[in-house]
Amino acid sequence: MREAVSAKTVWRERKLAAAAAPKIRKFTASDLFLVAAGLIILFVAACAIVPQWIAPYAPTEMRTDSIMQAPSGAHLFGTDYFGRDIFSVVVYGSRDSLFIGFASVLVGGLLGGTIGALSGYAGGWIDTAIMRLNDVLMTIPGILLALAIAGALGPSLFNIVLAVAVSSVPGYARVMRAQVLSIKSRTFVKASVSIGASPLRVFWKHVLPNSLSPLLVMAAIGIGTSILTGSGLSFLGLGVLREVPDWGTLLSQGRGYLTAAWWICTFPGLAITAFVLSVNIIGDRLRDHFDPKKVTQR
Amino acid sequence: MLWMVTRRLVTSLLVIIGSLVLVFTILYVLPGDPTDNMVDPSMATPEVIANLRHQLGVDQPFHIQLLHYFGSILQGDFGKSLLNSDPVLPKIAESFPATLALTGASVLVSVTVGLLLGVLSAIHRNGAIDIIARVIGLFGISMPTFWSGILLILIFSITLGWFPAMGSDGWQTLVLPALALGTVGSGFIIRMVRNSMLEVISEQFIVTLRSKGLAERAVMYRHALRNALIPAVTMTGMLIGDMLAGTVVVETVFSRQGIGRIISDAIMAKDLPVVQGVILFSAIIYTLVNLLVDLSYTLIDPRVRRST
Repeated sequence: MREAVSAKTVWRERKLAAAAAPKIRKFTASDLFLVAAGLIILFVAACAIVPQWIAPYAPTEMRTDSIMQAPSGAHLFGTDYFGRDIFSVVVYGSRDSLFIGFASVLVGGLLGGTIGALSGYAGGWIDTAIMRLNDVLMTIPGILLALAIAGALGPSLFNIVLAVAVSSVPGYARVMRAQVLSIKSRTFVKASVSIGASPLRVFWKHVLPNSLSPLLVMAAIGIGTSILTGSGLSFLGLGVLREVPDWGTLLSQGRGYLTAAWWICTFPGLAITAFVLSVNIIGDRLRDHFDPKKVTQR
Repeated sequence: MLWMVTRRLVTSLLVIIGSLVLVFTILYVLPGDPTDNMVDPSMATPEVIANLRHQLGVDQPFHIQLLHYFGSILQGDFGKSLLNSDPVLPKIAESFPATLALTGASVLVSVTVGLLLGVLSAIHRNGAIDIIARVIGLFGISMPTFWSGILLILIFSITLGWFPAMGSDGWQTLVLPALALGTVGSGFIIRMVRNSMLEVISEQFIVTLRSKGLAERAVMYRHALRNALIPAVTMTGMLIGDMLAGTVVVETVFSRQGIGRIISDAIMAKDLPVVQGVILFSAIIYTLVNLLVDLSYTLIDPRVRRST
């Protein structure tokens, strides 16, 4: 995959820089953030995969003897008006929330990446047409577009994923196109064309593998944005009414009890923030890593 | 100069027309019939429904409907609400000042906090201020506004009683929503300004300025900051659009009047003309803001001014 000239040059430059730098780098605040972020993501992933190992109660268990209790040793995040243990609901709710985040990035990234790659590689009127359409799409703020689509399709998990994915397509398309355009004009690509490689082969073997990293970095950061948009839609009432609510829906359900039970709203929101924060920290580090210009700015 | 302004004006106009077609197409393609919510299918006969569809014009082919829509927009008619037949545009115009006030206040918070912390963060790189500013920036872009808004209500309305938790009358009602929305924007600006300052500081001309003995303050504030500001202006322009869209959530959290509230209510009620109208209206505002931002480059960046 990485035998291309560009990657090799970057790698060689980095090796030179590493040789010049002192051998042991100081453990900085950024490294501390990175470790904390990794641990949070691992924990949330564990919540989504094996919630029954982590949650002390079943998320649907309603206990009339413990309604609206403040956080305590028995109920870490307190209980709600049904007597459900909020901690357990948050643990189980991570499933739908993470699904919305990951699935919409996958769909949006694939769609946007394909459109951008096609546009950049084909050039000419195809490029112009796609990019004009993209510019237009970009004038409609993402959340409004997502809101309109989710609103028209009706509340369902799949529709939220679709709405969030479509609203992220223009951004991915723009980044992918820019990268493909820049790789297309590199010498090693021209060399490949000049020895008679077919356009499809040049694209598949040289342009695509060298164009992916910005898109992947953007997708990593996009997981955070998607979870924010998705939970925003849930919060506005376009969420899925399932037995175990996702974080956004849980939070919006708790809004009515704000004066009586602050914990119902506070903890699902904390879960969203902690996860998105961790994704952003890791995404930042990835971006710095792939951007040779920014290596020194950590 | 004049040529560039004209060209940008024409492009903006084309983008607005494009977004009009796009908004119309998306809502046309999506399933659901406007009559679904207007009549009870079990009560109305097919003739009644067909009649209603004819009245609304939705029995016409796509291009006729589109032309029709386009024609009425040109006449300033954004359609009528399906629920109560209120015209859409006056409704938007009535609530827009409240949204504009919220957007303006949020942008003000974003730019003030963002610039201050971003610049301090870059100047005191890796110091305590830098770490605090970066943590604030990260939280800003990671907190959902509906959560930070609720936390602000919990702390400043319910516990301390300093500001009202809802409503849209008076400046007091503006403080908490603007803080909630502004935090997001300042997060973006802190990170951007820090990065672009660090990039500028590493350039050769800064070394020159330092070596000719210019005071560090002057190097930073007169030279580095001014060069780092150009991307910050672009970002602020983009931010105005994001803040405008962000009001959808924040206006709901704080039960404020505004176009964000109108659109979220309209979506719940499947009131298509209102949804179309508000999205189109936002797209127009967004395009105009971007146009202004582009033109403002010529004022702050002499390189752009000379190249045109």
